[in-house]
Amino acid sequence: MTSCNGKPWDNILDIKVNVRQGPGDCYVVDLSGEIDVYTSPKVKDAIGELIDRGVYYLVINLEKVRYIDSTGLGVLIGGLKRVREHGGSVNLVCTNLQIKKIFDITGLVKIFGIFDTEDAAMKALV
Amino acid sequence: MNHAVENENVATDRVELRIPSRPEWVALARLAAAAVANRLRLSIDEIEDVKLAVTEACTAVIQHENHGDFIHLTCETTPQALRVRVHDSGRQGAHGENGQTMDLDEARIAGLGVFLIRTLMDEVSYDVHPQLGTDLLMVKRLAAGQAG
Repeated sequence: MTSCNGKPWDNILDIKVNVRQGPGDCYVVDLSGEIDVYTSPKVKDAIGELIDRGVYYLVINLEKVRYIDSTGLGVLIGGLKRVREHGGSVNLVCTNLQIKKIFDITGLVKIFGIFDTEDAAMKALV
Repeated sequence: MNHAVENENVATDRVELRIPSRPEWVALARLAAAAVANRLRLSIDEIEDVKLAVTEACTAVIQHENHGDFIHLTCETTPQALRVRVHDSGRQGAHGENGQTMDLDEARIAGLGVFLIRTLMDEVSYDVHPQLGTDLLMVKRLAAGQAG
């Protein structure tokens, strides 16, 4: 399932996940691409591995995410539930109006901290 | 993909797509629906609504235990609306109506998908047939001046 040069279709289907350490006990998960039923397991694995290692304060940066569906929301909710069991928290960075709309209509704005900048999301964690 | 079906006095275009019931093909379904929505001059917001609704419908089929081998997507354009039909030939309803095969968390997420479809589209209806499968019809009405 690739285009002639193998690039554009791969980009549509792919989700890129980058994990980096933030200040203190906090880790940042940068996501880039589209989160749906095909790509969400990769995100779930990345978040799950961090929690398994004892990381309970996460900033998930959605600035380069073009699209998210209910399976993606489910992964974020699952991650939040797990860190909260350990007294932790998950904050999101998102300025994409389409994605914020999804969080808004599903009521998830009430359970996630959603911030315009990574700095603000990080400061609100601690 | 098929093209152009004439009604009595209203020209209606129809685009059909059949994808395997597997996660890697869902993006193609939403892109196809988005392309049709774009032809109708829906706003970017409305196109995103259609993309998400189609994604949720296809995902519901794939996550259902008894889904068929293929998902049929049909987009019909009329002067008044975009009508999107998602058909699955699997047995019993797949669109989050049969939570008994899922655990509680999965059922909640499936419920979220159905909620999104109902919220983002103007009309939603199901037709569940034990042998023929499930038909989900989703309608996005056009504002005055759209289409054409």
